[in-house]
Amino acid sequence: MNDDVAVEPLLSEWTARIQAGLGARGILRPRLVGIQTGGVLLAEHLARALSPDQPLGRLDISFYRDDHGQIGLHPKVLPSHLPWSIEGEHVLLVDDVLYTGRTIRAALNELFDWGRPASVQLAVLISRDGRELPIQADYVGRDLTIGAGRHIKLRAEPVLHLETIQIPER
Amino acid sequence: MRHVQFAEDGRLRHLITLDGVSRQELEALIETALALRQTALRPVNKLPTLRGRTVVNLFFEPSTRTRTSFELAAVRLSADVVNFDVAHSSTKKGETLIDTLRTLEAMRCDLFVVRHKENGTPALLAEHAQPGVAIVNGGDGNHAHPTQGLLDMLTIRRHKGEDFSKLSVAVIGDILHSRVARSDIQALKTLGVQDLRLAAPAELLAPELRAFGQVFDRIDHAIAGADVIMMLRLQKERMDQALIASDADYFRQWGLSQERLALAKPDAIVMHPGPMNREVEIASSVADGPQSVILEQVGNGVPMRMAVMSRLLAG
Repeated sequence: MNDDVAVEPLLSEWTARIQAGLGARGILRPRLVGIQTGGVLLAEHLARALSPDQPLGRLDISFYRDDHGQIGLHPKVLPSHLPWSIEGEHVLLVDDVLYTGRTIRAALNELFDWGRPASVQLAVLISRDGRELPIQADYVGRDLTIGAGRHIKLRAEPVLHLETIQIPER
Repeated sequence: MRHVQFAEDGRLRHLITLDGVSRQELEALIETALALRQTALRPVNKLPTLRGRTVVNLFFEPSTRTRTSFELAAVRLSADVVNFDVAHSSTKKGETLIDTLRTLEAMRCDLFVVRHKENGTPALLAEHAQPGVAIVNGGDGNHAHPTQGLLDMLTIRRHKGEDFSKLSVAVIGDILHSRVARSDIQALKTLGVQDLRLAAPAELLAPELRAFGQVFDRIDHAIAGADVIMMLRLQKERMDQALIASDADYFRQWGLSQERLALAKPDAIVMHPGPMNREVEIASSVADGPQSVILEQVGNGVPMRMAVMSRLLAG
């Protein structure tokens, strides 16, 4: 597979699918929550199409990870911020890449420490191979198989793009 | 020689002193504490970060405030907490401190907060701690109180912003007996404070700290134009002879009154590590006034201690 994946062509189709899916469930004003950092970039994009009049929520799941012993605490932890109550609300959780499922598990745990939403749906731009937990997204921009030993990550500069990198062997 | 608190790769393994802790590490701890401060406002104010871990408060010197702050920090990170009862412990029967550490390590405890009247006790325990076990200095003698120093930096950061280099900071009072002053001064210098003013009666000024800042023998001169005023507690219990004539005389010469506070910048903040001797080192009207951040310091102790514990055990 090529090293980089263009984002723009994926975004409009993904956004339209999310709009249709939410509409079919009768959800007119979802609460958008992006997971730092790639998920927040995408949630900002989705907000323009789905609910431009309300602020975004941001989650930094650093304190909820299950692998501190292996990778440690991120040196730059950002505060999570939900600018509204999620009690009884329909939440659209947004991330760039769904890989093992552990980030989403941590995000769900954190969300429920903010309140009890009516529902949570998951939108990811890329769903890749390597799942370790039984978590699937409701809305996927593209499924990819890139193999173990590689990472794919959303980058903002110079334009929004996905970058795959080889993880150096230890 | 590398201090016992650093691992081979330079990471913080224990927290014994702020001496030698890098600016990058101090800033990371402040950033983490700022993020943790937000969690106190949520419906559920606990985090799962230290679930399954055990924190022991090993206090050989009484301190309800500091012990409670550490306990709350551990509980909010979902750790289990044991408050070691020194009054009934085997240390009274001659068991050494290291034996006590070994015993509690054998019971799978992960982090020890140690307060002791003797300088160096936390460092001694850190030297003997098993891999994966962390020691945090909860205050030793007049040597160091690193978490108080850190929570003071967090408080300054919240009111004065990221750039410490332009700040004028006055540290005033019983510097000789103050472990807080030592930790504060080390952190302030590391974070880039250029204008650090130390003001104390000659008999209460620690000679080794003279090199860290400009020394003043009048409180008024030290306060003039200051952004931050850090008052210290007069620690009469640590004085083996009468070093001050009277409380009233001390307040007249060194106490922070409203009139004196007016010499500082209008937006100057007033700090004190507590407990305060009101009308001895600080007037009640100043301690309870609009420029006082003393209660906020107490509140900031919890997220800062959470930051330290999570960085040592999860970082």
